[in-house]
Amino acid sequence: MPDRALWRRLGRPLLALATLAAIWQLVLTLTGVPRYILPSPAAVANALFEHRGLLAHHAAITAIEIVAGLIGGILLGLTTALALARFRALRRTLLPLLLISQAIPLFALAPILMLWLGYGLGPKILMAMVIIYFPVASTGYDGLRQTPQGWLDLARTFGLSRRQQLLKVQLPAALPALASGLRMAASAAPIGAVIGEWVGASQGLGYLMLNANARLQIDLMFAALVVLVTFAVLLYFGVDAALRVAMPWQRDRTTPDQ
Amino acid sequence: MPPPGLIVRDASLTFGDRPLFQALQARFDAGSWTCLLGRSGSGKSSLLRMIASLRLPDNHHLVLDTSDGAPLRGRLAWMAQQDLLVPWHRVIGNVMLSAHWRGRPTARDRQRAERLLAQVGLVDKASHWPDELSGGQRQRVALARTLFEDASVVLMDEPFSAVDAITRLELHDLASRLLDGRTVIMVTHDPLEALRLADRILILQGEPARLVSMPVPEGPRPRPLDNSELPQRQAQLVAELREEAHA
Repeated sequence: MPDRALWRRLGRPLLALATLAAIWQLVLTLTGVPRYILPSPAAVANALFEHRGLLAHHAAITAIEIVAGLIGGILLGLTTALALARFRALRRTLLPLLLISQAIPLFALAPILMLWLGYGLGPKILMAMVIIYFPVASTGYDGLRQTPQGWLDLARTFGLSRRQQLLKVQLPAALPALASGLRMAASAAPIGAVIGEWVGASQGLGYLMLNANARLQIDLMFAALVVLVTFAVLLYFGVDAALRVAMPWQRDRTTPDQ
Repeated sequence: MPPPGLIVRDASLTFGDRPLFQALQARFDAGSWTCLLGRSGSGKSSLLRMIASLRLPDNHHLVLDTSDGAPLRGRLAWMAQQDLLVPWHRVIGNVMLSAHWRGRPTARDRQRAERLLAQVGLVDKASHWPDELSGGQRQRVALARTLFEDASVVLMDEPFSAVDAITRLELHDLASRLLDGRTVIMVTHDPLEALRLADRILILQGEPARLVSMPVPEGPRPRPLDNSELPQRQAQLVAELREEAHA
């Protein structure tokens, strides 16, 4: 029944969105919060349309930062996980460092990156990379390490090399664990980019928000936020869809004819 | 190439500071099917893992010869109690798993895998995912994967213990036919299974353990359930296994 599937995919989220807007409007009407604190949904929608050119320009910048940071962070995290699983010496030295690095507040790192890399895209991409690196590396390494012994036994009787074992047995076995790290990364990457933009930038949605705030263009600020949230949601579902393609055996059990 | 016999010259295994067996010796004749029995914790599975040179947590030592003097490496196939099917390959891919893991399967690999699937009666499941199969079907795929290696020595660690009784009997018939002519060592805790399949039955018993040879019924494998000798031999075997517990 395609109608029901379509309803599930599009109808419900839209309904949720409409409900949210209705509650938002209701709160405004009931409490009388001034519009420079909380603009109405209609005002935000209007700002979205009115400033579409401006929003598109800054959104493109932020999108580049997020996507570049996501790709870079995933590659770096995955490489780390594979290297940790492969080399014992690296585990002894790098693993404690990696854990300690998690104690550093990422917000505090942003000004330093700014100082070193300037005000361009670089520090924002790096910020996004740093923020997703750890979940990817740690879930990836955990997954690689927890390969069931039986599969390793098979690999051994097949006479596989360590490298073949890592890439052909441990890596696919780690995919489900890694997938949760990648989903986490997808929702964290925008945070990294926006933190970078808040600390110092001349473009991007984070910059636009601060700027609009200073000029009391609260509707524009909310419009930028809406765009950012849309990004984050799209990114999450994009990564989720990619993971489904990468793991066809973990298909959706609700589809009846299979 | 004819299958080699295996000669265990000296096998020792220590669990903590408790020796499970020391300076154990055994012969496994070329092309014969040996069943290895023993109570839980006797070290029978560990002995099998040692022969397969698989990883073991405990202190162990093994001197192993082959009857033809050539190394065993590359000539043995392993089958475990769990089917060990990987979820990321379809059934056909699991049969030719070694080809996938070593590189890329060729058209010939695929043909062989299909033929083996036909032999275990699952050719229509080739493009299914493993989790769509029943336990018995999965174990048949595992058998096909073991056969894909075309190894002359097959080591099996309780391969049929996780399936129901009827499926197990069917798997006996299938395995006995398809593994004929290879040197098979199978660890089992099921006396009936051993009596149906084995040319020779060895019990690992005592502490430190020795290997005791037990008689098997006459007649070709797999012996039917109504084999006249079967009840007597089974009683004998069970008595021997129980005696150890009281010793």
